[in-house]
Amino acid sequence: MDAKVETAAGQTPHASARDVISVRRLSLKYGRGATGVLALSDISFKVADGEFIAVVGPSGCGKSTLLKILAGLLPQTEGEAGLKGTPIKGPRRDIGVVFQSPVLFPWRSVLGNVMLPADVQGLDQTEMKKRALDLINLVGLDGFENRYPRELSGGMQQRVGIVRALIHDPAILLMDEPFGALDAMTRETMNVELQRIWMERRKTVLFITHSTAEAVFLADRVIVMTPRPGKIGDEFTVDLPRPRKLEVMNTEGFGAYVKRVRAALNPGGGGLD
Amino acid sequence: MPRGPVSFTLRLLFIAALLGLWEWAVIFFQTPAYIVPAPSSIAYAMYNGIASNLYVSHIGATVGETLLGFIAGCTLAFMLGTVVALSRTVEYYLYPIIIMFQAMPKVALVPLILVWFGLGLTSKVISAALVAFFPLMVNTIVGLRSADEDRINLMRSLSASRWQIFRMLQLPNAMPYIFAGLEIAMIFALIGAIVAELISSEKGLGMLMQSMSFTMDVAGQFSILFILSVLGLILNGIVTLVRRQVLFWDTSRDADANEQNATKGEVL
Repeated sequence: MDAKVETAAGQTPHASARDVISVRRLSLKYGRGATGVLALSDISFKVADGEFIAVVGPSGCGKSTLLKILAGLLPQTEGEAGLKGTPIKGPRRDIGVVFQSPVLFPWRSVLGNVMLPADVQGLDQTEMKKRALDLINLVGLDGFENRYPRELSGGMQQRVGIVRALIHDPAILLMDEPFGALDAMTRETMNVELQRIWMERRKTVLFITHSTAEAVFLADRVIVMTPRPGKIGDEFTVDLPRPRKLEVMNTEGFGAYVKRVRAALNPGGGGLD
Repeated sequence: MPRGPVSFTLRLLFIAALLGLWEWAVIFFQTPAYIVPAPSSIAYAMYNGIASNLYVSHIGATVGETLLGFIAGCTLAFMLGTVVALSRTVEYYLYPIIIMFQAMPKVALVPLILVWFGLGLTSKVISAALVAFFPLMVNTIVGLRSADEDRINLMRSLSASRWQIFRMLQLPNAMPYIFAGLEIAMIFALIGAIVAELISSEKGLGMLMQSMSFTMDVAGQFSILFILSVLGLILNGIVTLVRRQVLFWDTSRDADANEQNATKGEVL
């Protein structure tokens, strides 16, 4: 499935649409005047079509704020943020957001939750239902479509959260520490799964995490953010062949990337992760 | 908590023992029946009342007033609660009035209602509605406002309209609160109707009780108290039954509904 072709159906393709996400000199200040807190300072980066970008950094580095700006939930104080060549002026229908918690509605079944974006945006029910069932199969939840969230494990719930973000076929997927609440084993399984989904669907993904290993494992390119104020500390391409298996984490090449992230987070060189 | 047929039998035996103790105490202390009647005389009064078809029309009147008051009070409470929950401006202007009415014992208004609306059905329904109104309104406001920040952000990120956020998120999210409010409101409506009947009425269990009071028929009064308690249980049970159907997804559904009720300390 080619993301570009699908995009053309719903959205006018921009002439210079190679950069799906473009952020230039972005700053965000919470509050005003001297008491205001600078959450993001002078952030610039670009994401190409179909690219998987991980933004990694400790808590308080403004990475979730960055995602909120890109999702159109929060206006920036300064600078520009654009999607597919047009500036962001509020929520848009061509993005899908996955939050830290699954954010499911307990009164909707698995299918109902996946269908939520389709219901909100008034998309064709029959077609969307077929798509929803396909997506539910894609993440191995076939047979669970009529179950309710309380009957699912944390990992299963987050899978529902992910396919819900895919139902309206957005060109861009914004993920805010989606596996942060899961245990380490489930998290690794979900990482492998997400890679598989991404390789199948080829969305542009901006993935926020505080785990260096997760960032290196998943991303084509890693952006390291440092806190107070949130700034880009380093940015590099991860040159590991795909599909990556969990064993890749034991290789020297993987270790070198993880070291590089740590170095950016601890410029003094001291301390652990 | 103990469970099983043995504990259940013990529970029944415990209640029987209490009744037995009561019966014995009345005989032993030779308590006059116009002060505390024995359980056996209450049962006899009850039997007489049922046999002479005394209760039926009065139960009908009280239940009718209660249900009409419940429906009227809850409809208004839901509408006003929704408007207050969704509009900070409306809340700003109404808040002082709401607080004042909430602090006031609503049943104290009943004599006035009787003056304004007469001795018939209308005054009883209004009284029931007034008492039922507040618990539901407060719970509607709290429920609609309790929607999780992340869920609202999710809806917003999907470009949902305000109406969609209300219909797809806030309203279903408020349902556990609303049902907790409805359960309280049902009992409160019964209280409102009874109080109005006690003060002045042509029929109803409250009026029957009042007339028995004049004739010192204390056993009869106890029999009506028993009927009222059963009525309260049935009316409350109906709401609980509906709640279980509607809120099948609510994991806290078997927890004490009162816990979710913001108006626990409500003054009657």
